[in-house]
Amino acid sequence: MFGFLMNFIPRAVVQGIPLLYGSTGEIITQKSGNLNLGIPGVMYVGAISGVIGAFFYENSGAAINPFLAVLIPLLCCLIGSLLMGLLYCFLTVSLRANQNVTGLALTTFGVGFGNFFGGSLIKLVNSDVPSIALSTTSSYFSKSLPFASKLGGFGKIFFSYSFLAYLAIIIAFVASYVLNRTRAGLHLRAVGENPNTADAAGINVTKYKYVATCVGCMIAGLGGLYYVMDYACGVWSNDAFGDRGWLAIALVIFTIWRPNLSVLASFLFGGLYILYLYIPTGMDHMEYQEIYKMIPYVVTLVVLVITSMRSKRENQPPASLGLPYFREER
Amino acid sequence: MDGKTAAVTLKNITKTFGSTVANDKVSLEINKGEILSLLGENGSGKTTLMNMLSGIYFPDEGQIFINGKEEVIRSPKDAFDLGIGMVHQHFKLIDVLTATENIILGLKGKLNIKAATKKIQEICDKYGFEIDPNQKIYDMTVSQKQTVEIVKVLYRGADILILDEPTAVLTPQETEKLFAVLRKMRDDGKAIVIITHKMHEVESLSDRVAVLRKGAYVGDMVTKETNVTEMTNMMVGRSVTLNIERPDPVDPKPRIEVKNLTVRNEEGVVKLEDVSFTANSGEILGIAGISGCGQKELLEAIAGLQVTESGHVYYIEDNGEKEELLGKDPLAIAEMGVTLSFVPEDRLGMGLLGNMDLTDNMLLRSFRKGHSLFTDKKEPKHLAEKVVDDLEVVTPSISTPVRKLSGGNVQKVLVGREIAAAPKVLLTAYAVRGLDINSSYAIYDLINQQKKEGVAVIFVGEDLDVLLELSDRILVLCGGKVNGILDGRTADKNEVGMLMTRMGGTQDNA
Repeated sequence: MFGFLMNFIPRAVVQGIPLLYGSTGEIITQKSGNLNLGIPGVMYVGAISGVIGAFFYENSGAAINPFLAVLIPLLCCLIGSLLMGLLYCFLTVSLRANQNVTGLALTTFGVGFGNFFGGSLIKLVNSDVPSIALSTTSSYFSKSLPFASKLGGFGKIFFSYSFLAYLAIIIAFVASYVLNRTRAGLHLRAVGENPNTADAAGINVTKYKYVATCVGCMIAGLGGLYYVMDYACGVWSNDAFGDRGWLAIALVIFTIWRPNLSVLASFLFGGLYILYLYIPTGMDHMEYQEIYKMIPYVVTLVVLVITSMRSKRENQPPASLGLPYFREER
Repeated sequence: MDGKTAAVTLKNITKTFGSTVANDKVSLEINKGEILSLLGENGSGKTTLMNMLSGIYFPDEGQIFINGKEEVIRSPKDAFDLGIGMVHQHFKLIDVLTATENIILGLKGKLNIKAATKKIQEICDKYGFEIDPNQKIYDMTVSQKQTVEIVKVLYRGADILILDEPTAVLTPQETEKLFAVLRKMRDDGKAIVIITHKMHEVESLSDRVAVLRKGAYVGDMVTKETNVTEMTNMMVGRSVTLNIERPDPVDPKPRIEVKNLTVRNEEGVVKLEDVSFTANSGEILGIAGISGCGQKELLEAIAGLQVTESGHVYYIEDNGEKEELLGKDPLAIAEMGVTLSFVPEDRLGMGLLGNMDLTDNMLLRSFRKGHSLFTDKKEPKHLAEKVVDDLEVVTPSISTPVRKLSGGNVQKVLVGREIAAAPKVLLTAYAVRGLDINSSYAIYDLINQQKKEGVAVIFVGEDLDVLLELSDRILVLCGGKVNGILDGRTADKNEVGMLMTRMGGTQDNA
């Protein structure tokens, strides 16, 4: 049993990190009253932007500088997801388009964008397999703390991850602190709850919505980058990211809009996501695996039922979530 | 003026919305250490004028002087910086935040809840407010929420305070408390403007009244030297009589009998507990109570719109035959002659459809009639025309969407339609909510007419003075229980006020 956990926990954590990025980003976005269903698309765009950056740097023929090898994909990823965030804000905040439709469109767009440019890069290298391997860049991204392997099981569980994994946890805790303990967080929550009141109190509603959504998208985009560069060892293949973006949105509800809870919950979801690999089914009954793959979604459904039983007002979604704000419409 | 200095001077302020002139060259002075009542009918531009002071609207023409210096107010923030604070009719608070968080919302600097709480406590102690700064807004009563709004304004250092219909939702006791605080603030040298439709409050509270009529400034008077009739005449522009009739009930017979009615809402909270009473034909039964004490549930239970837990509601025919209403569907109850006109806080929430025009809204009551596949629009059209004529509804035409009418006119349409159904029982709640004095009296007249025709009227009201003048009997609800049924002719206001707030009062049937 101990051996199983030693093996299982690090894998669950690694699975959970992209979800943690996605859910932290979405929580910040939703706190401003924007329901961004485009997060799966944003994570795709974040991933492929990083891949594009890394691809051209690796193939530029110059000597690879470890520092630049990390910085270039990171910046590309942030810029790509920022553009997605700006697009979403322009449509929903400035033009007051329907948030659900815009979000779903961005997801479709983002996945297509990823697959198109992923496919193009694959064509460029004339590879035999339908994927690109950026192993050099990946090796820098997945560097873990040097002393981890010396600490045995303890080290494996706590210190065996790459810097992006720790960054995800730090961002989640910082987001929690900002939301609950600072004036900017108070104003952001006010905007998401009741933009009319926030406006009357002199808070710039448009600015808060734009900034929160764009920052949220950039954080979510990092989740995509982590997936490709660390989890997938730098191998991009189309559609490999799967439905992790939707799980990240489910996590937002599961954690009742709290990034600090999201840290543990994302590892739990990561575990549930790969649990089917650990449940013995035998070779005769591979079909059961498909049923076990449903576990995270079943858990989400159960959580939805539980949270909808209106226990506390604080645990409800931001009151104006999904609604456009227009000052003159009182 | 009496050696008082002006805190605010408005000069020739004009504001138009499209082709409507909301304020036409209004000049007004607001003095320090004085409570000014701003009077006017619905749509006379009181709130618009004050909104320009608080930075929500920007005047088209005219000047604003604050403490003698000309200022430009572009946003609520500018107004705060000049020491102007406004408490709106609809509170601008965020439910899931605490009082403190709401009060400091929008301010700059590092967030320090402790220091803010301390400052709030100091303000509360100074003026005698009773709030818990750490309480969440959704846990608060209406009067506590209002207190938070006032503290919010004071916290920002306002010394010009504007209150828009602050007493509409308060009990008499809470109103007295508020007035005591306002007087204290006046003595502290602050300038206070209060907008209200309740004339007795104007008399008891304010030092001076200023009157607006159709957007224009009519004049001002020292409150002590005037009276209600004079003020009303000034508002309306012609002399009006302000008497609510109360004809004796003719041949009252029991019409609706409610017996041991208990209702729980979706969350399982008891909204009505063991309520019993009888409503007679040709009689107005007034229902008093703080808002949210079960008035809505009671009326809806009678109209068949509310799921009940136990008890009975009987409809009694002239010959004494009883028929159980609970369990019948609303349509069947309506066809028996029970009509409900409920005016919720947002006015359009129940009974009318905002995007439909007057004719279509009339049609809502009659579209099931007739056997043709197509609806008959002729009847509703006549009815709409009749309601517009009879009740002096101000509307461009009967094909105007209802949401474009002003609040008072919307209410007239609703009440007019319900009465046109020639009901046996008229249930009405807050029929005059937010209406000016003239329109209110028009509605009281309508209700009295129904009473004379033998209709059993159940009238849920907010203004106790009106309830006392209009009702034959008054039923007082408190926390879903009947705290007493009093004779409207002999009951006094304090007694009703006490019953409204005290739990478990004795039940003495009059």
